[in-house]
Amino acid sequence: MTHSAPHMEKPKGTVAAIKKLLGKDLVSVDEANGELALHVKRDALVGVLTQLRDECGYQQLMEIAGVDWPDRDPRFEIVYFLLSLTKNHRIRVHVTTSEDVAVPSVTGIWPVAGWLEREVFDMYGVLFSGNEDLRRILTDYGFTGHPQRKDFPLTGYVELRYSEEEKRVKYEPVQLAQDFRSFDFLSPWEGADYVLPGDEKVIKSNEPPRGTPPQVNDPKTTDKPSQTGAGAAANVEAKKRTVRKPKAVKE
Amino acid sequence: MNLQQDLAPTTGDEVIENYTINFGPQHPAAHGVLRLVMELDGEIVERLDPHIGLLHRGTEKLIEYKTYLQALPYFDRLDYASPLAMEHSYVLAIEKLLNLEVPLRAQYLRVFFAEMTRISNHLLNIAHHALDVGAMTPGLWLYEAREDCMGFFERASGARMHTAWFRPGGVHQDVPLKLLTDIGEWLDDRLPRLFEDAMKLVVDNRIFKQRNVDIAIVSREDSIKWGFSGPMIRAAGIPWDIRKSQPYDVYAKMDFDIPVGTRGDCYDRFMVRVEEVRQSIRIMKQCLSQMPEGPVCSDDRKIVPPKRAEMKQSMEALIHHFKLYTEGFKVPAGSVYVATESPKGEFGVYLVSDGTNKPYRCKIRPTAFSHLQAMDFMSRGHMLADTTAILGALDIVFGECDR
Repeated sequence: MTHSAPHMEKPKGTVAAIKKLLGKDLVSVDEANGELALHVKRDALVGVLTQLRDECGYQQLMEIAGVDWPDRDPRFEIVYFLLSLTKNHRIRVHVTTSEDVAVPSVTGIWPVAGWLEREVFDMYGVLFSGNEDLRRILTDYGFTGHPQRKDFPLTGYVELRYSEEEKRVKYEPVQLAQDFRSFDFLSPWEGADYVLPGDEKVIKSNEPPRGTPPQVNDPKTTDKPSQTGAGAAANVEAKKRTVRKPKAVKE
Repeated sequence: MNLQQDLAPTTGDEVIENYTINFGPQHPAAHGVLRLVMELDGEIVERLDPHIGLLHRGTEKLIEYKTYLQALPYFDRLDYASPLAMEHSYVLAIEKLLNLEVPLRAQYLRVFFAEMTRISNHLLNIAHHALDVGAMTPGLWLYEAREDCMGFFERASGARMHTAWFRPGGVHQDVPLKLLTDIGEWLDDRLPRLFEDAMKLVVDNRIFKQRNVDIAIVSREDSIKWGFSGPMIRAAGIPWDIRKSQPYDVYAKMDFDIPVGTRGDCYDRFMVRVEEVRQSIRIMKQCLSQMPEGPVCSDDRKIVPPKRAEMKQSMEALIHHFKLYTEGFKVPAGSVYVATESPKGEFGVYLVSDGTNKPYRCKIRPTAFSHLQAMDFMSRGHMLADTTAILGALDIVFGECDR
């Protein structure tokens, strides 16, 4: 471990104990980056979290986060962050859901989940069955749409101004003085898997795919020292030149 | 004379219906733009519904459209009373995904200035808490010390508040020796003098105690259930401090105490913060005596841009500089949750990377969310005037709450 982020030890036997405890409700366990993440079944969520709280000692629910993966099915991932004050350990519990499938609310286990679920509902439109107060929380009164979804534009749909003529605040469709610009700085020669505009005219079907090295009929190799160009003659030539040392770099 | 009683509502057994009043969003005691819808029975609070989001700026959405470095200054603008503590969680999250080592001097500098942030944040909160319950003078005195902090931040980074000084891999610039010696003198003399003078006015003050003692008592069980952290959970009597239990940077080498409360009321929350200022002074002094010489930023040129002087000499440095400030660096795919002890409590960042140069998702865990949510049950049965004391002791900043 070289980074200096908060350091915590995983208590011994945690994973095995959790696997045994949750049984079929546990879909998979992920231990990347030194963090423990459990993927569980959506319908079993309340039971799983109650067991983790009461039997594994994860007393606190610190946060609920939503993540939108438009390419996946189901689309949304809801992440619960649990903290054990006694074991000094954190755990993440992931469930997946889609737009029209409600996630069971955990307000019965932790009252703090009320607002956290409201935020996920506001930002992603994910429903929580059993949360009695599922109002919007961060967006404006009368707002439509769910802004954290990947298909919601960064600029939004409406803008607001005070109208001097009508003496009231007015909502109007967004008008941008210049087009919204989102630069893609990823280098086209390492990793871009799309075809640049115009390239489709050049690429023919029988050509090898982009990125593969060109085929050479007569490859040039240097098998013997004499083929390298190095040797006595080159050494004499090199001595004639005075080698300039690179300057020391000043800070 | 008519012996029949008047029908006017003057008798004691008249039933008065509950009524609802609106507190804020523009109110000096609301600590920003908070709207409280309160249902009152006479002067007793029956129900309280905080309406937040009036300062929502879509920070998390904006971060998804910026490179990792461009997203950093947004964190200064979350909790604008303790900007460096916000940056701390974010840079640590990036470093954890990259598994990047930070030079020792940079770790000391980060801890040193994070503690200064804690002092300046607590000075602000203590001043405002006292002001909310009617004590004006401590505020005036504490602002003087807070102004000194601002001056030091400016000398280190060039900005008083929005410093953007912590960077992935270290800090942006080294500090001059004179700044460290000046801060050392300030810690020895001026800050304790100003702070203890101001505390003498309120800590044992009878009016201050009448307004705070036994107001909004939160038990240990409730503080766990409601997701409390920071001074709020410590005031309830649980010695939980991420700096101690999950140390980051060089906190493991620091010697400091965790103050805890005994009753879990507003007075305890206040006193925990007062003691934390003293402990922060201790930590800062240890940093000063232990801080080694050396680089202040990682020398990994694929993450940290080169110095300008180097750029003038080396072609590679120029290329690195150009690439880092246009494309930025790429972070390996994965997700981490990094929480640090910000002055207000646990401030966490859940960073999801898809392997590109922009965060796929950056969820910010604000401290205020869980604390403000608990205000409903904390205020029930208390007088209307107590809500300002409760709100003052919560230490809320709306830049962070609404994001």
